[in-house]
Amino acid sequence: MTAPASIDEIERRLRERRYIGDRGLATSIFLALKLEKPLFIEGEAGVGKTEAAKVMAEVLGARLIRLQCYEGIDLAHAVYEWNYPRQLLHIRLLGEGEDRKTAEREIFSHEFLLRRPLLDAIDNDDATAPVLLIDEIDRSDEEFEAFLLELLSDFQVSIPEIGTIKAKKPPFVVITSNRTREVHDALKRRCLYHWIDYPDLEKEVEIVRARAPEAADGLAREVAALVQGLRGMELYKVPGVAETLDWARSLAALGATRIDASLVDATLGSALKYQEDLERIREQVPALVEKARGA
Amino acid sequence: MPERPDLLPRLGAFARLLHDAGLEAGPRRLTDATRALTVIDIKKEPDFRGALRSVFVSRKDEIPIFEAAFDIFWAPPNPHAAAGVLPGRTRALPMSPERAKAWSNALGLSSSQLNREDSRTVPATSSGYSAEELLRHKDFDAMTWQETEQVRRLLEQAPWRVAERRTRRLRAARSGGIDLRRTARHAIRSSGELVRLFRRRPRMRRRPLVVVCDVSGSMERYSRLLMIFAHAIARREDLEAFVFSTRLTRITRLLRQRDLDRALASVSKGVHDFSGGTRIGDALADFNRHWARRVLGHGAVVIIISDGWDRGNPEQLTAELIHLRRSAHRLIWLNPLLGSEGYQPLTRGMAAALPYCDDFLAAHNVQALDDLGRLLAGLDSRVAPR
Repeated sequence: MTAPASIDEIERRLRERRYIGDRGLATSIFLALKLEKPLFIEGEAGVGKTEAAKVMAEVLGARLIRLQCYEGIDLAHAVYEWNYPRQLLHIRLLGEGEDRKTAEREIFSHEFLLRRPLLDAIDNDDATAPVLLIDEIDRSDEEFEAFLLELLSDFQVSIPEIGTIKAKKPPFVVITSNRTREVHDALKRRCLYHWIDYPDLEKEVEIVRARAPEAADGLAREVAALVQGLRGMELYKVPGVAETLDWARSLAALGATRIDASLVDATLGSALKYQEDLERIREQVPALVEKARGA
Repeated sequence: MPERPDLLPRLGAFARLLHDAGLEAGPRRLTDATRALTVIDIKKEPDFRGALRSVFVSRKDEIPIFEAAFDIFWAPPNPHAAAGVLPGRTRALPMSPERAKAWSNALGLSSSQLNREDSRTVPATSSGYSAEELLRHKDFDAMTWQETEQVRRLLEQAPWRVAERRTRRLRAARSGGIDLRRTARHAIRSSGELVRLFRRRPRMRRRPLVVVCDVSGSMERYSRLLMIFAHAIARREDLEAFVFSTRLTRITRLLRQRDLDRALASVSKGVHDFSGGTRIGDALADFNRHWARRVLGHGAVVIIISDGWDRGNPEQLTAELIHLRRSAHRLIWLNPLLGSEGYQPLTRGMAAALPYCDDFLAAHNVQALDDLGRLLAGLDSRVAPR
């Protein structure tokens, strides 16, 4: 697949794959591709940050390589690790007289290397450079950020026993963050930035229709309106688009084509994840439903 | 951009405006912006705006500043033209009056457009103004230099450090779990014989601190001292700081300035309800909903500093404290009044809060803050019995 030639084309291709994004996201993606810079996407939980990267891989006809970050993630999990059990086995099976130098060279070769996502993203034979998704970077720690900064500036990794491996074609890098902590400015400065906001009502209806087609048109609109109403209330955890989709699917599975107070009450857990929020909103369900049905 | 030879200098000027408004707009970004504009259709305003936004913005709070600067700079000369300011959008930029004046002259605006009375850093949340809110500017400058120096030196020399927690990153150690990587590495050199076991254990890190400080009217006498305290901690610990009276404002970034007087000046400028009324419950509700998930990771210790004089609803305060305690490693309440003789925590707010705090300590002088320091240094990894 050829690289998209314009912002319009990115928008169209995202839409074909049922990703309804705004013009700003398409612009950022287009520039990230053209300028060969990583794209840093932030937004509240469940607005489609990870999904954007997945769909981008499809749009580009590229492989998606995903690195899920967590506290304490280190190079052995992110870049490479030697396959020690195999190495030990190999060296123990050698006979007495065999040349140890050769043996050592053997066991520190590609064959004994466990390739983790970042190495894979740099060193591969893909026809199209892969999409590297570094997901939820805010969960990792400063040490890992510092390493990424280095990696993203020259797209190379050095393995002492093998040498430096440099990407033939740099991957398209998408970094996401839920802002559970502030990511260092130095890393952000290397990237183009996009904040994904909650969609407005019309856009959210469109998203539900595209991604939960099993929900009837009327249901899609009412669920979207309901969630939009919830977002305006003081909640511990505001429902994202992911929750809207879950909710629409649950209601459709129950055979609903419109919403009513008892259905909403029974499925409220699809949208609200905190007990306090559930309790508070329960009392207001009839009013919320009425408002959503009028939308 | 062959068809627009005038664009490049304009872009440079726009970058300087962004820089003066506090955004990162160095040569590298300017280069990126220039390249970006060569690959898009600059006649489409949303794309032009979007391209510059993705280059120059790198945090959500910078978006409104960018949009305002864009409107001011690239809007057509006629202020009434359709493509001008969108309704509800501000033209105010956070910059000094002198800068604002210089820019207004350069751009041919009346200076009131650039630096209005309400031009300031965007508040942490938009809970809005309440009618009762007493918006008063309080001047920190009144504190004498000697006073601040003395107090600060005392606080900076305080011998305590916040207790550590176990992280998930492993480091080589004499005892602990087997480090397979190093052990195998070593074994390979001895023909696969496990001659020596290497071990590793989790690295320790100091716990993050979150301070939520009441700066309402009744706390007035203490606010200054407590801000100096917060600044002293921010210099050496991982600190997130918030102040509230009727609404909550995050001051973490303001406190990071090395110079105390400057830091205090920007806090006083950035916080608009110093010495207003108190709504502790509202402030904590705001904190729980908008900040807790962002700042309470990694086993944070939360310190609320307030005298408990509250005009809000005690049930709400209780509910928010219960929620807050669940997400914090330890919840400490500092009350400056606790230092005065015969004080009893009988105010409605304090009575509602007391059962839900892990610790209740004084905060009226440096000695009391030292006691707090010792408590923080001695925290163990277990959550306090509740």
